[in-house]
Amino acid sequence: MIEIDGLCKLYDGVPVVDDVSFTIGKGDICAVVGTSGSGKTTLMRMINRLVEPTSGSVRIGGRDTRAFEAHQLRRGIGYVIQGNGLFPHRSVAQNIATVPQLLGWDRARIAARVDALLSLFQLDPGQYRDRFPSELSGGQQQRVGVARALAAEPDILLMDEPFGALDPIIRGKAQADLLAIQRRFGTTIMLVTHDMNEAMALGSTIAVMDRGRLMQYAPPSEIIARPATDFVAELIGSGDRPFRMLSLDSVLNHVEPGAAAGEAIDCHASLRDAYAECLWSGRDALPVTRDGKPIGRISLARLTRLAARPR
Amino acid sequence: MAIPYHSPAAAPFSPTRRFDKLGIVLVLLVVAGAALLPFVTSKPNRIVPGEPLPIIGALPLGQAILLYAVVAIGACVAVLRVPNIWRLLAGMGVIGALGLMLGASATFLADGNGVARISPASGFWLLVFAFALLIADALARLQLGPLVRLGISALIVGVVAAFLWGGVWQDVSILREYANRGAAFWAEARTHLLLSFGSLAAATLVGVPLGIVCHRHGKLRVGVLNVLNVVQTVPSIALFGLLIAPLAWVAANIPGAAALGISGIGFAPAMVALFGYSLLPIVANTVAGLDAAPPAVKEAARGMGMTERQVLLEAELPLALPILLTGIRIVLVQNIGMATIAALIGGGGFGVFVFQGIGQTAMDLVLLGAVPTVALALGAAVVLDAMVELAEPRKARTA
Repeated sequence: MIEIDGLCKLYDGVPVVDDVSFTIGKGDICAVVGTSGSGKTTLMRMINRLVEPTSGSVRIGGRDTRAFEAHQLRRGIGYVIQGNGLFPHRSVAQNIATVPQLLGWDRARIAARVDALLSLFQLDPGQYRDRFPSELSGGQQQRVGVARALAAEPDILLMDEPFGALDPIIRGKAQADLLAIQRRFGTTIMLVTHDMNEAMALGSTIAVMDRGRLMQYAPPSEIIARPATDFVAELIGSGDRPFRMLSLDSVLNHVEPGAAAGEAIDCHASLRDAYAECLWSGRDALPVTRDGKPIGRISLARLTRLAARPR
Repeated sequence: MAIPYHSPAAAPFSPTRRFDKLGIVLVLLVVAGAALLPFVTSKPNRIVPGEPLPIIGALPLGQAILLYAVVAIGACVAVLRVPNIWRLLAGMGVIGALGLMLGASATFLADGNGVARISPASGFWLLVFAFALLIADALARLQLGPLVRLGISALIVGVVAAFLWGGVWQDVSILREYANRGAAFWAEARTHLLLSFGSLAAATLVGVPLGIVCHRHGKLRVGVLNVLNVVQTVPSIALFGLLIAPLAWVAANIPGAAALGISGIGFAPAMVALFGYSLLPIVANTVAGLDAAPPAVKEAARGMGMTERQVLLEAELPLALPILLTGIRIVLVQNIGMATIAALIGGGGFGVFVFQGIGQTAMDLVLLGAVPTVALALGAAVVLDAMVELAEPRKARTA
């Protein structure tokens, strides 16, 4: 879907993005991780040509992005930035309607789309449509920011530290919402973050950047099991590796037949949560339920095996 | 450790609990204005020195007692802690009564004598000032919305207009001067408005685009703002004078310039000077306003596919508008005042009456020029303040 090919950006002769090539598949969530100054934001801004590459090319759906007028290209790509960048002088509805208006949709279609998106993000349209951004909480502003980016039904969504300004609890909720919406629309997402936990939680693939270069581009399990460089290993943190591994999968995929004593765990919980519960309650196995009905158990021994480095 | 018990009943008596602090100051002003200073000055003709009269001598006894009573009630409202709306209404009521009684006093003292001049004196002005302060204070404490404030201003303008056209003040000296110069007054008013609003319009048309260009190009910004700063520091009379030579040259040497009304003295140099003074606040505030637009908003606007023009018109300028309007407010109030100086170089405007009045030592004529100027500047400030507030993005509702 997004093919990045030999992309370079030099500022005053200094490479900020240095010969980066990789391909993001349709419907993937690619988390670009790196420290500040790693070139990850510049890389993203070259996708929608807010930054023009010094050399290399980007193809979207097989077409070179340079074939479009830059502003036309951007209207087809959703864009969410840290601190959301909502227009303070426009109402929530007007903010969400920005791109549809640029595309010349008719009034009725825009109004219907705004209400549908507000409902999707659990904001009652009647109550929130005419509010101004300053009248919303941080979490609500962030949701409106994402709704605005999705307004014209783009196939691609670019997100630059979208959850950076949120407190941890709201951030977890916002991440879950994003995953649900991505599953529903099949949007291809490129998400820039400096937070490896966030990358692991959201990314179907992870691109690790360091000093302008792409260190590794692989699914999360691969990144944990076989970090390509010391830098990648350091970013993951060696002490966290088994737990990160466990957090990638849910209990549902590893249920064993049989029963166990004590409080049950829901099958959609992560293996990491199950492991933590075993250790904390001192049990060798937990009963697993689905929609409240028991479907089997998960054992500490199984979890321990799953936490080991894959071969 | 014991915390000392504190009850409201045990609180020591304090005058500020029962009395309003500003009210105490106002009462002192009111006492001075009503009891010690003259209410009007009565002159047998427009040039000779007059006889100062207190309220008691300026009005028939009944009306004088009534006015004392109204002022006293107003002072009580000012000094006591009463709801602000009462204070507002009391202030407006007393000023209205002062206005009516000024007219009544003039009619009473002139007694049909067409050359006698009855002018408001220091006591009258001090009383008006004191109760205007009360109104301003009440308005500030009431925190009314911009539209309500505009409504109140319109009401005041309406009452003043009704007094003027209703003949309440027909025997007051300023209007006697007006009666002699009615046609000239309106011609100079037109010139005054043309000078102040015309130079503002020209400065806005030039200054806003210049500000936008300065905002985009850092080097240009420093240069332009420095030049405009220098213009701003030239004393106004000097600038009016300095323009005589170049404009005279233009009129003499560039074909068609003279036909357009350009000449060394008169309207053209006044206009150019006011335009020059107006540029700095407008350019500087345009730049500051554009700078104040949050970078994330501009980034998001561009990222969603707005063209440069759309980013400017739909995001940057609306966000810069409150600061830009503040600049326009500064310029308009400044120009309305400064346009009086244009009369010195034959530019016309209300300044004509001011300088003629000074020349003839006829203070009433000075007031005929000064009072409308002050009223105009005040009105412009009120209207533009309201516009600035209306242009601001909506604030969070305080729950």
